[in-house]
Amino acid sequence: MRNGAPTAGDGAPAALLDVRDLRVEFRTRDGIAKAVNGVSCRVAPGQTLAVLGESGSGKSVTAQAVMGILDSPPGYVTGGEIVFQGRDLLTLRKEERRRVRGARMAMIFQDALSALNPVLSVGAQLGEMFQVHEGMSRKAARGRAVELMERVGIPAARARVGDYPHQFSGGMRQRIMIAMALALGPDLIIADEPTTALDVTVQAQVMDLLAELQRELTMGLILITHDLGVVADVADTIAVMYAGRIVETAPVHQLYRAPAHPYTRGLLDSIPRLDRKGQRLYAIKGLPPNLTAIPPGCPFNPRCPLAQDVCRSELPPLYEVGPGRSSACHFWKETLDGAR
Amino acid sequence: MAHGDGPAPAPGPATGPAPGAAVPGEPLLEVRDLVKHFPLTRGVVFRKQVGAVKAVDGVSFTLRKGETLGIVGESGCGKSTVAKMLVALERPTAGQIRYRGEDISRLSGRAMKAVRRNIQMVFQDPYTSLNPRMTVGDIIGEPYEIHPEVAPKGDRRRKVRELLDVVGLNPEYINRYPHQFSGGQRQRIGIARGLALRPEIIVADEPVSALDVSVQAQVVNLLEQLQDEFDLSYVFIAHDLSVVRHLSDRVAVMYLGRIVETGTDEQIYEHPTHPYTQALLSAVPVPDPDARSARGRILLTGDVPSPADPPSGCPFRTRCWKARDLCAEVVPPLDVPAVFAADEGPVRHPSACHFAEERKAVPSG
Repeated sequence: MRNGAPTAGDGAPAALLDVRDLRVEFRTRDGIAKAVNGVSCRVAPGQTLAVLGESGSGKSVTAQAVMGILDSPPGYVTGGEIVFQGRDLLTLRKEERRRVRGARMAMIFQDALSALNPVLSVGAQLGEMFQVHEGMSRKAARGRAVELMERVGIPAARARVGDYPHQFSGGMRQRIMIAMALALGPDLIIADEPTTALDVTVQAQVMDLLAELQRELTMGLILITHDLGVVADVADTIAVMYAGRIVETAPVHQLYRAPAHPYTRGLLDSIPRLDRKGQRLYAIKGLPPNLTAIPPGCPFNPRCPLAQDVCRSELPPLYEVGPGRSSACHFWKETLDGAR
Repeated sequence: MAHGDGPAPAPGPATGPAPGAAVPGEPLLEVRDLVKHFPLTRGVVFRKQVGAVKAVDGVSFTLRKGETLGIVGESGCGKSTVAKMLVALERPTAGQIRYRGEDISRLSGRAMKAVRRNIQMVFQDPYTSLNPRMTVGDIIGEPYEIHPEVAPKGDRRRKVRELLDVVGLNPEYINRYPHQFSGGQRQRIGIARGLALRPEIIVADEPVSALDVSVQAQVVNLLEQLQDEFDLSYVFIAHDLSVVRHLSDRVAVMYLGRIVETGTDEQIYEHPTHPYTQALLSAVPVPDPDARSARGRILLTGDVPSPADPPSGCPFRTRCWKARDLCAEVVPPLDVPAVFAADEGPVRHPSACHFAEERKAVPSG
């Protein structure tokens, strides 16, 4: 995958984040698990990129590598560049990287209860950001914490600033996570399954809040999720990941209307729909590959209804299939035309 | 359309009842005014009850032969507690569960054991519901230890192999342990265990919510195929409204321990009349970006009240945009609302709201 550069040609604004050919592996006792195998993607200010994938597709590992919070060992970035606001983060010293993280880019995690410290009040945790990064006094920091809590819609923020995470409901905790991510006015937010643990009615509230804040502050947002519904609701561009690679990228409307990769097509066909009863679901056969033994050729070939000999021997590059669209499938034309 | 190579296709839908089986449509399970309160106590030595968590607070429904009843609701609405009472893992505080006309909620000993054979459960989490120190053969065969009359000892291995085959797993895996399987395969093991005693009813509590999208479809298809093959009736409990619509003939929507609306899948999804159902449906993200602007999303404010201290009157009134004084005073009954009593169409179905009105909540595809 050497085509990080050509995709920039569609007059898009300067990228906020430009990931080029990122590679991450985990060195485990059972062998080397290749979690990310040459991922390239770009996010512009004010834009939402959704990274869609199932468990083990490498979407969260990509996010952790960008954020610089990969557990190492066993995880190692073995190649590529992460260019953020013109600087390759992978060449920065630890201390510089730390200043970028939190202040310029921030992350929202899936499980707010385990991401927040249970023995510190939420006010102390929010305020800590200002104390550490901006050298504020504890009192001033607390004042800012209250403002932030109000901003993300926590009722009676002043009265609740001293409460502990367990005293909040799931939706409120996720709002606190968002407040924490916003605290220092970052330019990029990475949200890893931000609403997966929430009930639908609360999920809708939290997604709306996130989208509204993003618009208002023209932040870049990377939304990592497995939920095709959430993606359709908020994303501008989608990158579909499989076995550590991006197999398809497309503007959201085009991807849903006419997927150019059989995996994407299979995913879209395998979800039951709320708006119609439908017949038996299409099921992608088999299981995602073991990352210590990714099959040769196209990693999706053992599960692909279109697979031919070429798919078993040659890794498909990311073909340019339209403006702003690419697909890593030898038979992307046939897929676009609706063959399965 | 080429299907995945999951389990072999079903031998066509069961036509007519099997010899000796019940007639389709006959009520198998009738639940009446089911209540489960968990006591809240204070003190260690002198424990006294200071209140109760009203997990289930008067639930009634009927499950007919061969059908799937979907129960939807958000966390804490009591749907899992209902499931546990159906399979006698919890004893109801009040109310009846009638299986083929007999109240089974107070049975014990041998009579309970006999009934339990016919009502089996499939659990949500395929990682914790299988004993990691037992082989798959022992897990699926364990029901036969408890009900030896179903399979004599010498025949059990063969039966387990058959079950593995039925759920689409290789019968050679009989001596493997749960950790050697993926999540979807483990859920198949859980389903095989549920089928071992050839039950009439399977209560499935969120059976696919822990699975990835592509694997979820395989398991959903398996459940449908098994229903046809073994003439099963399902109580299918889930928070995912799309999966419930796909599988269910009838749907009950729960909120704070009560059923607030019930009807056929078309009545609930196309013609909801209860504001909670409407809000719930409108909040579900639809996998279609073109529907983004088309939908009138109803955003509820606040959280679900605590079941230890539910609101007076209608349980939904604290989050309802239509609530008036009446809602705080009178609990709305789960009946066909008076305004729709004369209607012949699909809006005529039970809805527990004083001010029920139809409102389209799902963008049409």
